[in-house]
Amino acid sequence: MQWETVIGLEIHTQLTTKSKIFSGASTAFGAEPNTQACLVDLGFPGVLPVLNEAVVKKAILFGTAVEAEIARRAVFARKNYFYPDLPKGYQISQLELPIVGPGHVDITLENGDNKRIGVTRAHLEEDAGKSLHEDFHGMTGIDLNRAGTPLLEIVSEPDMSSAKEALAYAKKIHQIVVYLGICDGNMQEGSFRVDANVSVRPVGQKELGTRAELKNINSFRFLEKAINFEVERQIDILEAGGRVVQETRLYDAARDETRSMRSKEEANDYRYFPDPDLLPLIIEEDFIAETVQEMPELPAARRARFEEQYGLSAYDADVLTATREQADYYETVVAEAGDAKLSANWVMVELAGALNKAGLDLPQSPVSARRFSGLVKRIADNTISGKIAKQVFETMWESEDSADAIIEAKGLKQITDAGAIEAIVDEVISGNPAQVENFRNAAPDKQPKMLGFFVGQVMKKSQGKANPKQVNELLRKKLADA
Amino acid sequence: MDLEPDEVEKIAHLARIAVAAGEIEALNTELSGILDLVERMGELDTSGITPMAHPLDMPQRLRPDVVTEENHREAYQAVAPAIGNGLYLVPRVIE
Amino acid sequence: MMSDLHLMSIAGLSAGLRAGDFTSVELTRHFLQRIQQFDGELNAVLTLAEEQALEQAKAADERIRAGDGGPLTGIPLLHKDIFCTQGVRTTCGSRMLDNFISPYDATVVSRLKDAGVVMLGKTNMDEFAMGSSNETSFYGPVKNPWDRERVPGGSSGGSAAAVAARLAVAATGTDTGGSIRQPAALCGITGLKPTYGRVSRYGMIAFASSLDQAGPMTRSAEDAAHLLGAMAGFDERDSTSVDRPVDDYAGQLNQPLKGLKIGMVKEFFGEGLNPGMNASMQTAIDTLKTLGVEMREVSLPNSHYSVPAYYVVAPAECSSNLSRFDGVRFGHRCENPQDLEDLYKRSRAEGFGPEVKRRIMIGAYALSAGYYDAYYLKAQQVRQVIADDFRQAFAEVDILLGPASPETAFRLGEKSDDPVSMYLSDIYTIAVNLAGLPALSMPAPMVDELPAGLQLIGNYFEEGRLLALAHQLQQISDWHRQMPSGY
Repeated sequence: MQWETVIGLEIHTQLTTKSKIFSGASTAFGAEPNTQACLVDLGFPGVLPVLNEAVVKKAILFGTAVEAEIARRAVFARKNYFYPDLPKGYQISQLELPIVGPGHVDITLENGDNKRIGVTRAHLEEDAGKSLHEDFHGMTGIDLNRAGTPLLEIVSEPDMSSAKEALAYAKKIHQIVVYLGICDGNMQEGSFRVDANVSVRPVGQKELGTRAELKNINSFRFLEKAINFEVERQIDILEAGGRVVQETRLYDAARDETRSMRSKEEANDYRYFPDPDLLPLIIEEDFIAETVQEMPELPAARRARFEEQYGLSAYDADVLTATREQADYYETVVAEAGDAKLSANWVMVELAGALNKAGLDLPQSPVSARRFSGLVKRIADNTISGKIAKQVFETMWESEDSADAIIEAKGLKQITDAGAIEAIVDEVISGNPAQVENFRNAAPDKQPKMLGFFVGQVMKKSQGKANPKQVNELLRKKLADA
Repeated sequence: MDLEPDEVEKIAHLARIAVAAGEIEALNTELSGILDLVERMGELDTSGITPMAHPLDMPQRLRPDVVTEENHREAYQAVAPAIGNGLYLVPRVIE
Repeated sequence: MMSDLHLMSIAGLSAGLRAGDFTSVELTRHFLQRIQQFDGELNAVLTLAEEQALEQAKAADERIRAGDGGPLTGIPLLHKDIFCTQGVRTTCGSRMLDNFISPYDATVVSRLKDAGVVMLGKTNMDEFAMGSSNETSFYGPVKNPWDRERVPGGSSGGSAAAVAARLAVAATGTDTGGSIRQPAALCGITGLKPTYGRVSRYGMIAFASSLDQAGPMTRSAEDAAHLLGAMAGFDERDSTSVDRPVDDYAGQLNQPLKGLKIGMVKEFFGEGLNPGMNASMQTAIDTLKTLGVEMREVSLPNSHYSVPAYYVVAPAECSSNLSRFDGVRFGHRCENPQDLEDLYKRSRAEGFGPEVKRRIMIGAYALSAGYYDAYYLKAQQVRQVIADDFRQAFAEVDILLGPASPETAFRLGEKSDDPVSMYLSDIYTIAVNLAGLPALSMPAPMVDELPAGLQLIGNYFEEGRLLALAHQLQQISDWHRQMPSGY
């Protein structure tokens, strides 16, 4: 039988605010346990929530970016369940009236086609704390620092039909929230958490198959692997005549498999009702307009501008705007160094290559955009050649020094003085009479290739510092002259 | 209205309140009596009436995004039943 | 003089403090001594904060000597044990919080502290404010000082009994379905529930968040005006607190009321009302007329649905509000929990009393899948209908009037085995909470030597007019000056 896969994603993004969604406690990551949990986060008797304005603004930015309707009236509801990392015994969330209504994003498929994926809704809620299972005399420890961190939960339509599409959609949402500056996108620290609802059905069948919800996926790579594993698992069950159980399954990266979270999944009854401690969130047109003014440039617009403003190819513009950090990095370099194409090549080839080799992401680059621009600038103004520049870059990678300091200290400055270059050229010509003779007797179409020998000799004598363009010109002139 | 005994158990479980088997019948009588009182509102036709969730007809106020709280872990944990290394301790949670 | 300090009004005491007739420390000692003398038989006070009280009194005396402070500086009062008080045990009348020392002050408490008030201690109450007789308290019932075989009403029964017996100048209370007005009526004092949102709920342990409101419990409307003035006001920690200036309640007590239209609520004078109580109300109304107000009859045709709707809304909210009592971060935890479920279920079964458990379970049921529309949503619709009834009534009159309670104080144990009959003792007070309106209860002529309460209901934020009407009635009557013998 032919099977078809149906995937929908629920993405929890932690919003980058200074304070929590309903309290004035800090949201900084990595503090000592329970030192950033205030009375409100701990759910002490008598305390009350007050909504953080920044959270509302960030949700509006996201909604606008995915061309969704922003609710004029949104209501917070309580989702009731008991768990030790949920201090109040309920999570403040949104059910019937979320802040962001239906929207969409376009993803690019492998064959280059675009596909539109529906964003059903995005709603605000508070994060829970963390349970730590290392041994405290057989007990579990609860850290509530994360409790109350603002989350925007982005729910997609079940519009994806492969792990690749799900991955492209997840990356697209990741790109948008990072571009907007509303989420740091760090999957390892849990700031961007993807849960996947996966089901399969025979091709041609209308109704959806029974789905499993996959959790604990903490990288894009695992997202693809987890879905692929799960699809195989479900097909195997169905082909053996079995039934898929609706359940939550955890992805185990070490074993590359998904496994059932609880043997007997308890039917939850969350008893949602409007939170009487909070009033309806009324969002005025003016507030939206004011918020959207702070909207940073989104990837598509930035890509188009890169082509227009810097004259880059569509491919270069696409690569450079893949992440906000990379685009920002590039713009810092080009602003300083001037040469747009040269800057693009150096960011995309040399910098990216070095990062890749070191297994680092751009934000962890040992060479900052400002320092890197100092290097590209010296290539652009002919102070050093591209070849020397690679040497300088290697030194910069290992040290804190500027390109200029390294060029100065190592005496790598390009020789552009015509007299000095001429002296070396003359020396090479007079030192290689046989090659000169051969050159002059060769057919004109063979000569350019033969010129390479003389260039190589000059560069060698100048320790690579002679300006190659000047060397070429002078050699052509002198070899033709005599 | 009379609840079924298993409904009483289900509610008690939702509310995470231990109820001994011997208490269920009496509890059922009490809860059913209260539900009888509550169901008197069924006599009132409320079709088309907007539900009133709150007495205040006022929008939610927004707080500026400022950190105003400091660390008072020691004071807050002074009333905790079981702590260790700054963590609240509960019986082992199996996932 | 010193032996009569407990009979003086807030204004009188404040003047005496300022004149140097006595100090706040002396005043505080006087009341501490009265509590020690009389509370053994009343059980109105759960925690006495003697040391802190004397420190606060000393500080108040310094403020007064420096010419600083206001009308409440140096005045000793009691807080209902539902308000969190930093460093002082806060039990909410429950075993669940028997060991709970709050790390912070409720806004009401800190505002009154700032005003220079001296906190003598904390008063007994129905567990988590769920009850109408004070019999659900983990610490045993409070006795009514008028007849110690009878209940003081609830849930603010400790506050009402303490003020009635003059164990404090005044006390704070909270009112979710009548918990200030009904005990005020049964103990013969003045108690006011403000408009929802007028007084901050921050630090007041939540029972039903959309209904709860704190207010003053005093011997006169004038005292209530002073206390409310300090309690009320916007609080940025409470999203449901209204940002609106606080009226000068004390300064407006003598505002002209001639021609004020008062509506007697027809439904509050029907079958269920005890005949003696009816007579008391008629006498009060006749006296009221001499103030030149205009009386007429109005109707709240759906008010009999308020108790059924309330017993969905309040339990639904409480079932969620009380989930935080799970034995993890504070409060009672069972011995040797076997696993997480056992920790939750036994801690809560042991920590909560029967009435609290009943309400949590009713609430969980009303919100559960398949029942939400029939119970919770329906109750919210009924709530709208009740609020509309009030809107229509206030289109005709300025203030509504009726009894606060259908009968005088009942006997201890009389209703404690029958939750529904207990619930019906709040039939005249609950509709006000559903609508969020302000209302007060003040003493009316006694019925068979027991206090009776006259209830006045105002439109939103008209606490000032309610207090003025009550005050002016108290100027031409002496029902509020009656006090139980032996105190």
